[in-house]
Amino acid sequence: MDMNEIKEIFFQECEEQLAELESGLLKLNDGDRDPETVNAVFRAVHSIKGGAGAFGLDDLVSFAHVFETTLDCVRSNKLEPTQDVLKVMLKSADVLADLTNAARDGGSVDEARSRTLIRELEALAHGEVPTAAEAPAPKPAPKAAAPAPVIEKPPVNDEGFQPIPFSFGDFDEEPAAHYVPTVQVDFKPKKDLYAKGNEAVLLLRDVSRLGEMSVYCDMDSLPPLDKMDPEEAYFSWKISVTTDRGEDGVRSVFEFAEWDCDLDIRTIEEDVVGEVTDDEELPMQPVPFDLSMLDESGSAAGGEDEPAVVESDAAAAVAAAETATKVSQAAGRAAENAKAAASAASAAQASQTAAGQTIRVDLDRVDRLINLVGELVINQAMLSQSVVENDTNGTSSINMGLEELQQLTREIQDSVMAIRAQPVKPVFQRMARTVREIADITGKSVRLITEGENTEVDKTVIDKLAEPLTHMIRNAVDHGLEMPEKREALGKNPEGTVRLTAKHRSGRIVIELADDGAGINREKVRQKAIDNDLIAADANLSDEEIDNLIFHAGFSTADKVSDLSGRGVGMDVVKRSIQALGGRISISSKPGQGSVFTMSLPLTLAVLDGMVVTVAGQTLVVPLTAIVETLQPEAPAIHSFGASQRLISIRNSFCPLVDVGRILNFRATQANPIEGVALLVESEGGGQRALMVDAIQGQRQVVIKSLEANYTHVPGIAAATILGDGRVALILDVDAVVAASRGQSLKQDISLAATG
Amino acid sequence: MTTYAVKNLTHGRELIAFRIGEQEFCVNIMSVREIRGWTPATSMPHAPPYVLGVINLRGAVLPIVDLSLRLGMKPAEPTVRHVIIVAQVGPKVVGLLVDAVSDILTVTNENIQPTPDIANETEKAYARGILAIEGRMICLIELDSLFPHTESEAA
Repeated sequence: MDMNEIKEIFFQECEEQLAELESGLLKLNDGDRDPETVNAVFRAVHSIKGGAGAFGLDDLVSFAHVFETTLDCVRSNKLEPTQDVLKVMLKSADVLADLTNAARDGGSVDEARSRTLIRELEALAHGEVPTAAEAPAPKPAPKAAAPAPVIEKPPVNDEGFQPIPFSFGDFDEEPAAHYVPTVQVDFKPKKDLYAKGNEAVLLLRDVSRLGEMSVYCDMDSLPPLDKMDPEEAYFSWKISVTTDRGEDGVRSVFEFAEWDCDLDIRTIEEDVVGEVTDDEELPMQPVPFDLSMLDESGSAAGGEDEPAVVESDAAAAVAAAETATKVSQAAGRAAENAKAAASAASAAQASQTAAGQTIRVDLDRVDRLINLVGELVINQAMLSQSVVENDTNGTSSINMGLEELQQLTREIQDSVMAIRAQPVKPVFQRMARTVREIADITGKSVRLITEGENTEVDKTVIDKLAEPLTHMIRNAVDHGLEMPEKREALGKNPEGTVRLTAKHRSGRIVIELADDGAGINREKVRQKAIDNDLIAADANLSDEEIDNLIFHAGFSTADKVSDLSGRGVGMDVVKRSIQALGGRISISSKPGQGSVFTMSLPLTLAVLDGMVVTVAGQTLVVPLTAIVETLQPEAPAIHSFGASQRLISIRNSFCPLVDVGRILNFRATQANPIEGVALLVESEGGGQRALMVDAIQGQRQVVIKSLEANYTHVPGIAAATILGDGRVALILDVDAVVAASRGQSLKQDISLAATG
Repeated sequence: MTTYAVKNLTHGRELIAFRIGEQEFCVNIMSVREIRGWTPATSMPHAPPYVLGVINLRGAVLPIVDLSLRLGMKPAEPTVRHVIIVAQVGPKVVGLLVDAVSDILTVTNENIQPTPDIANETEKAYARGILAIEGRMICLIELDSLFPHTESEAA
């Protein structure tokens, strides 16, 4: 996933946030004074600011920051959201949207307007006093207003491959005429750059977007193929780019690669331009050497499909380089580097081919497809059933055709399911970046360890996981971990560790975020909660209850408001997002040793391995992950306990027997355990229970169907599924049933789940 | 289709009439998605008595409501002759079990008479009026008031 893809996701999220912002402001405008509406508006701006900060969109950040500060005043009731105030805010929302669009598509923003609004917002934030010293000073003049006259944009989207329309005359003249500086970059990646997933080609491409660029690849250090280490980096590039962004603009491209490469960026004074152009190799070389490069890698690979058809067409070169990459893994690195150079020379073309590899599809469409395919499978099964019944001759052509149909439908079903279930890896990768950036800003040294990246979850879950996770990681680094000096003083490794783990557990995905920082300062949390009127001053709270206070809206322990976090949106947003996904979040913290956040999320629509059982004439599915073992109870093993409880002895330990049919109200009296089968289950609380069912039908994979969509949540039932005969079967919620057996009624359990 | 809809607007509305026991009822045809035969439903634990269970409607889980019982009459004993009216109620889709679908009516507002005074609270809650068609009496039902969202969430 390259920078642009992540950016694209950010912009898509921005659109949602902007929509929310606007609707919230309009609600306020209509006289809605619900604090939740204000919070929603605030969160939207905050999220945009956070994301924009990560991408270095300074204009957006500075504007959003001012906007946010003013909204904070509204939130804390310092500022009455009158019509006049809201007018300014709605205008600001428009400008924010403009800035977002400008950041995405280029183009310009009415700067006078945004500057006026910044001033108005600040005035509002400080009670109509325009110049207040403590105002978080907005960064002035967006970059678009750089003094240099805007030169003609480089032909980035030009169809034709035009890297060489570069004439020396132009080169000499342009900077002279427009005072556009030429920046010379010596870029030599180390192998770490590639190891960290960066790509030289992408950096070069980004540079090419800044202005007219010429690039020369130095391959002198490339050893012969047999001595080559495929992981090593051998190439270096000399880039000269004519850009109105100047040295800083170029430097920002290499921002995230700086420490993994030798980088020398300098502006070439006008009188030096001649010198640059003297360097004959510089502008003219790229295409020929690419192809020679390809020759080499192609022949090294056995020349299988002649990738190096020499043609001075960069598109062909790119394609050939791609083929070459596939052909040989040994030559892979070389081919990639060749591709890098080729692509850099034809940045426009490369960016066109890079786009379009993925498409974003409305999830509803995928769901509809999955439903239809599921139905297709069932119909096909019923059809073959009736053919078999009506056909004595088992080898008829109809039967053969049906078998083929069966295989096809299975394949379709598998592929469609694969669309939805995706590994959490992309989200985790985004987190790695977040950690790096925050560590940078806070001056802390942090290591992120991820585990279980390939755990597959439903797409919905993945998409919605990124935001809460980002918040949590920010909090973990910003608030959780101590400064390196302090850590050292405490005898800890100065480098903090944040561990992000994903795993499947009893039909849910559990994501854990652990840091080895200071843990929650319960004194401070408690005091803060009292200050914010969240709890009474004399409230007697357990450690766990205090820890959970951080999930309250408007709660923040950070003493100073920073760009990163600390406005008290954060954990409440996290909790809300997790709950919206039907998940739970909990925290456990040990002072001095760090905190662990555990999120448990359902695998909505994921395939579930279940045991199909019969209870009181009904077919139920019990998630296989919950079942430890199954056994046939014998009369001597059953012991009555108290009035209605029964225990079953399993290898000399006693385990409460739970009649599923009784708890689900399928029958009025308790079944005789000897006639049924006991499923030994492990519940989330940890205890074991023996669930009594009448019979086991078998095991199968089932597709989870929502009951809530058309009906409502049913206590004791997690979801529904459709079996091969076309009938609906219910999936048992083992935890709820076990909880019910402890004496809590099922209804009570729901209300707890809804509020907790 | 467009002309049909336009005609609908100018010439009143279309209703679908069905029979439960001896009585006839009707609902707005726009809320009816399809009509299908009875298939045995999977019963739900802790469901109100009028919810017979859920069935599979092309991959979606569809709750089936015994409309007779819901309207305060005696519970239905579903046979293959019974039909399920699949109707959109708010954001949800429910299946209504009725004895038979009898008619499609095109009526204007003048045809609809107000609910008589003698009706008790239950009937008043769902009845939007009565129609007299060819000597028959048909009661117009408002589905939204029969299955309010708050109720289904609390249930």
